Amino acid sequence: MISRQIKHKFFTPWIFVLTILALNGLVFLAIRFIYGLGAVTNLDNYTPWGLWIGVDVAAGVALAAGGFTSAALVHIMHREYYKAIVRPALFTAMLGYTFVALAVVVDIGRFYYVWHPIVMWNGNSALFEVGICIIVYMIVLYIEFIPIVTERFINKINFHGLLTFLNKPVNGLLKYLDKKLSLTMFIFIIAGVVLSTLHQSSLGTLMVIAGQKMHPLWQTPILPLLFLLSAIAVGFPMIICESLIASRSFNLKPEIKTLSKLGFMIAPIIGIYLAFKIGDMFIRETFRYVLLFDSAAWMFIAEMVLMFVPFILFLSKKIVNSMSGIFIASVFVISGVLLNRINNFIVAYNPFFNPVKYFPSFGEISITLGFVALLVIVYRAFVMIFPIIPQENNNSNQNIAESGNTKSKKWI
Amino acid sequence: MKDINRRDFLKTAAIGVSMSVFGTKFLKASDESPSGYRIGILVDTDVCVGCRHCEWACKVAHNIPTASLESYSDNSLFKEYRRLDAASLTVVNEFENEKNPSLPVYVKKQCMHCEKPACVSACIVGALSKLEDGSVVWDTKKCIGCRYCMVACQFQIPTFDYDKPIDPQIRKCDLCYDRRKTEKLPACVSICPTEALLFGERDEILRVAKNRIKRKPDVYINHIYGEQEIGGTTWMYIASKSFDNLKMPPLGNSPAPGTSESIQHGIFAYFVPPVTLYAILGTIMWLTKRRSNENKENRIEFEQEKKGVDT
Ligand code: SF4
Ligand code: SF4
Ligand code: SF4
Repeated sequence: MISRQIKHKFFTPWIFVLTILALNGLVFLAIRFIYGLGAVTNLDNYTPWGLWIGVDVAAGVALAAGGFTSAALVHIMHREYYKAIVRPALFTAMLGYTFVALAVVVDIGRFYYVWHPIVMWNGNSALFEVGICIIVYMIVLYIEFIPIVTERFINKINFHGLLTFLNKPVNGLLKYLDKKLSLTMFIFIIAGVVLSTLHQSSLGTLMVIAGQKMHPLWQTPILPLLFLLSAIAVGFPMIICESLIASRSFNLKPEIKTLSKLGFMIAPIIGIYLAFKIGDMFIRETFRYVLLFDSAAWMFIAEMVLMFVPFILFLSKKIVNSMSGIFIASVFVISGVLLNRINNFIVAYNPFFNPVKYFPSFGEISITLGFVALLVIVYRAFVMIFPIIPQENNNSNQNIAESGNTKSKKWI
Repeated sequence: MKDINRRDFLKTAAIGVSMSVFGTKFLKASDESPSGYRIGILVDTDVCVGCRHCEWACKVAHNIPTASLESYSDNSLFKEYRRLDAASLTVVNEFENEKNPSLPVYVKKQCMHCEKPACVSACIVGALSKLEDGSVVWDTKKCIGCRYCMVACQFQIPTFDYDKPIDPQIRKCDLCYDRRKTEKLPACVSICPTEALLFGERDEILRVAKNRIKRKPDVYINHIYGEQEIGGTTWMYIASKSFDNLKMPPLGNSPAPGTSESIQHGIFAYFVPPVTLYAILGTIMWLTKRRSNENKENRIEFEQEKKGVDT
């Protein structure tokens, strides 16, 4: 098993649909930057945060958690059996965080000041911590991606015409980077895991300061812990889902054995998350709000069901070993965490005075969908350019030779 | 009469002290309140006549376009409950007075300038800060427009220019920061034709408020809104009916930023937890690596075996 570029045709009917979605998003994006946030969003002075913060940022960060959970598994705990999942997970995280950053630029009123948190610090602010961690983690992810670039291009640089003179220096640079990074990569890998732990939990701290404006079903001092646990829980399901979709889309043989082994680790994590979530509900006696069966209660119930069902599914050996079973179970976890973020940031936020209950506008939804579509398109392009997706080798001898002949340790 | 004199006295005394203490030292929300001079402003909703002159003066003082003062006598506006927006840093609303229907209750609304402001604690870049005299001000040079201050403020005060693509502002009462530089009172206080707004040293203002309640126990309910609410506020209210019915949010006495700041400081205490985590992960990495090296041979065999099974 080694990761190689995918050889497949790029355009399919799906890509066409995605392109239309992306273009539609682009139209609203233009309106947002020309006429301001008010022209596109349903946000107002009573509901300052909406779909973009709840889904693009908060859920985006959570769903990119596969990057740090897989790094922790393979590199920190040295379970190298799972090495094949590292590259796709790392790449997804890198892409995911890049889009999170883009969403932030779109959402903040003064996008040209997006760099301010780097120099203007407020250590009391949970948002500041989230911001700084995301910026640094993004840089770490880009650094971790460099070995994939060097692997792809070392000794394969071939500029033409006027640029020919660049071939040698660029190749030299790549080789230099490759050598230095293979020695220092462990520093970045540990840093990536630490940074993720910090900001995944601080995303939960964000809403704590909203106090009574947040529905008591969600407002709890252990929000940071719940956010961290649910992010860890959704990491592997994302990897599984992605891997299965990629296999189908590129006609590859699905890595069902590795994925199933991964799948067996998920139930305990969800179990811990649910234990804290339910325990918190009883300690704060918030179950009485569930018994009201109003719309907030139903959203809470939906969120719990979406996490509880996969908990059961992942406990079953039969389901985890079957391709459709593990796929469905993973989709449940992903939807559960997605809904949890929507609930925390949108549904639960109900201030004292709130004349119009917020619902995202067509423009907001368009931009969010546009970003997702663009992300998928870029993903597809990248896995065709760079060696990211692991594939069966036609020649198994060559595979072993390749993994054996690397002089220095290959991290990524 | 006595009150008027005191009011004038308070006004001048306050300005003097405020100017002498006025520094550029910024405080964090979590800091202990300093013992020094703190501004307090009392809104006596029983005295306010709803003339809305304060709204007009506020706009003029903040260069917000406005109609003439005469047009403010139009009372039809009161039919609707109004909130602050980017062009109104203060608004006055009318509420029914059950005890005396011909004399409605008027409630002026603006930023409360909390003693422990959630907005200051929350702001990602520290664009909001609490000055030593207690006022909370916003710095346009820092603000990135993230609107987290709006999420944090329990009174739902800061507003945002949603329709401006460039340089949208977070707007809220700044206690007339510019006017106070030249030792003037906040515009609303200085224009108010009645005893409704009383500006002075916070402890002194509190004493006056308590006195007024004591003197007319049949008129006022025994509650100074803002004395204790979320750790106390600069603006304080007394009224003839429950504040719940005046659309003032019922808030507890613990400061809004409290929990979030303790979590935040817990996670980040002197960077000890992150560094410890780093060290632990590094150790695990090192330990498991040795183990996995020992197993390396086995693993390659396993891989080959697996390949055999697969093909
Ligand atoms: S009322 Fe709101 S905006 Fe004003 S100081 Fe308090 S938290 Fe900040
Ligand atoms: S909108 Fe501006 S003032 Fe408010 S929290 Fe964000 S940066 Fe601070
Ligand atoms: S100016 Fe004074 S009396 Fe007139 S509405 Fe404002 S607070 Fe009330």
